[in-house]
Amino acid sequence: MAVYVLIENRNHNIKNPSFESLSAAKKLAEKFGTQCVAILFGDAENISDLGKYGADKVLKIKTGQELVSRDAVIEIVSDIVKNDGDFKALFASATSFGKDVLPGISAKFEKGIAQDITEIFYDNDPILIKRPVFAGKAFEIIKFNDFPYFITTRPNVFKKAEYNSDGSVEEVEKSVSPDSLKTVLKEVKSTGSGQIELTEANVIVSGGRGMKGPENFKIIEELASLLNAAVGASRAAVDEGWIDHQHQVGQTGKTVSPTVYIACGISGAIQHLAGMSSSKYIIAINKDPDAPIFKVADLGIVGDLFKVVPALTEELKKVLNK
Amino acid sequence: MKIGVCVKRVPDTETRPKIASDEKNFDLSDAKFVISPYDEFGIEEALKLKEANGGEVVLISLDSSGDVTVIRNGLAMGADRAIIVEGDGERDPYETAVILSNVLKEENFDIVFFGKQGVGHDYQQVPSILAEIMNLPLISVVVELKIDGDKVEAVREIEGGEEVVEAKLPVLISAQKGLNVPRYPSLRGIMAAKKKPIDKKSPEFTAEKLSWEVEKVELPPPRKAGKIVEGEVEEQVKEIISFLSDEVKII
Ligand SMILES: Cc1cc2nc3c(=O)[nH]c(=O)nc-3n(C[C@H](O)[C@H](O)[C@H](O)COP(=O)(O)OP(=O)(O)OC[C@H]3O[C@@H](n4cnc5c(N)ncnc54)[C@H](O)[C@@H]3O)c2cc1C
Ligand SMILES: Nc1ncnc2c1ncn2[C@@H]1O[C@H](COP(=O)(O)O)[C@@H](O)[C@H]1O
Repeated sequence: MAVYVLIENRNHNIKNPSFESLSAAKKLAEKFGTQCVAILFGDAENISDLGKYGADKVLKIKTGQELVSRDAVIEIVSDIVKNDGDFKALFASATSFGKDVLPGISAKFEKGIAQDITEIFYDNDPILIKRPVFAGKAFEIIKFNDFPYFITTRPNVFKKAEYNSDGSVEEVEKSVSPDSLKTVLKEVKSTGSGQIELTEANVIVSGGRGMKGPENFKIIEELASLLNAAVGASRAAVDEGWIDHQHQVGQTGKTVSPTVYIACGISGAIQHLAGMSSSKYIIAINKDPDAPIFKVADLGIVGDLFKVVPALTEELKKVLNK
Repeated sequence: MKIGVCVKRVPDTETRPKIASDEKNFDLSDAKFVISPYDEFGIEEALKLKEANGGEVVLISLDSSGDVTVIRNGLAMGADRAIIVEGDGERDPYETAVILSNVLKEENFDIVFFGKQGVGHDYQQVPSILAEIMNLPLISVVVELKIDGDKVEAVREIEGGEEVVEAKLPVLISAQKGLNVPRYPSLRGIMAAKKKPIDKKSPEFTAEKLSWEVEKVELPPPRKAGKIVEGEVEEQVKEIISFLSDEVKII
């Protein structure tokens, strides 16, 4: 009997959202009075942090391959959890990896999964889960009908907690015959290295149609780099071709929950608000005092972004001594 | 090439969901319904493949509304025919995947497109479950697709990067924005769509037990407008900096 967490390993580095998911899973394991087991593929430099954030045990899977395809992950993880006759739950972080493979595993148990959840009510029996619908314009509170539970947790919503659990590592060799693999993962590329990922960012600076052209996004990037922030955009800016669609925030882009979201030259259309209105604080800079974004902004600056943003960057440099 | 596209009829992205009186459902009586936007990338890619290789594009939808106007929009874009499986109400994502898989098995497609997510319920899992049920390769969240003979190479989006994945036909692809720009139906397309066949079927599967029950639905707490600062740029910059340090506490 255990609660399992599938860990995401990129370039031998476990990503932060996996630790958040782990801590959420550990809390559930404690409620059930059982172990929390992390499943990790390959070596990771920060493997010891798995114990710190809640893993009682780490199953380190050796496949003999550098890149493991989704089919192999699904087969191997399904095998492990099926072997545990009384397994309670499988968690992962709601990243493109977790969201892709976890339903493949739940399918083997003839079930669906709760993707991208934002809250667990541990005190209820059985536990209740909050999951965003309509891209965050509403929520469903759901109750699983039986075990096992399959859950992906939205990045940057659950807090990592220092459990300092045992975290002992057990190496497991699992080979999957290449012939049985339906997909082959050929290559993993990083785009814009060093950039902070939107869904994991604590601070986001976004630009919209008010940016007027692609060259102007550099004033957003400058401010973002000072604040250690990710760069976002409205669909209008993406559709104009000013910035790559990976930066789009909103109902058909990314849903983000940073501590602070700074919207520059964005009017605040309902599809944009759906993606960012769960931000803790919102600052809007817009020259139109009637822009709908001001209805949701904690601080609204009515002005020309081409004056306000560069001045803010200069002043911040002084304040931050940079 | 025989190409399938699974399309879901959903409330459009302007919809502001309201809580229904039972507090377990949404009142969508004011909503306008559309093909889920991500599915449109799938339709567009299917049409491009057909234009290059010949063949047929078939739309498949599990939908209990009885409204065929939405799927006609997909036919107006250029798909050849449609199959609607008329369920009773909203289905669990596992049930949905099984019901769709039964249709896909009968049709024997070379390639089937999905959206990366059905807007509204945002389950984000029907294609992954279906791939297991059918034992077919799936490449999800695809932004680039190349097909050469029976070889498939796709680029899928991941956080801060991309993955290059290979597979062989038959294959399942879930589409992400960036794959293409969906066309608008032409007037001729709209006229032609009126005569295109829409087959209706009944679902042949009901799960013994749903994965979960909805206990209640909620709206997020309304956000309030905060402080508005007009006037001089210096003053505004000062306001932002003190907000970032005193309220947000990040500097
Ligand atoms: C199916 C569908 C899905 C969609 N999905 C998304 C989505 O995921 N994300 C998204 O963002 N949108 C989405 N949209 C589009 C959405 O409806 C809006 O069109 C879009 O968000 C508008 O972007 P914007 O605010 O940048 O542009 P606009 O609405 O044109 O606003 C530009 C703003 O910039 C201000 N401005 C101009 N110049 C300056 C200046 N010098 N200084 C300060 N302010 C200035 C203007 O006052 C204005 O308020 C979707 C639409 C549809 C139909
Ligand atoms: N009822 C449905 N009918 C047809 N296709 C569906 C249905 N539900 C989901 N899909 C397909 O699965 C994709 C992902 O949906 P979901 O997993 O519900 O977010 C959608 O974009 C569709 O391609």
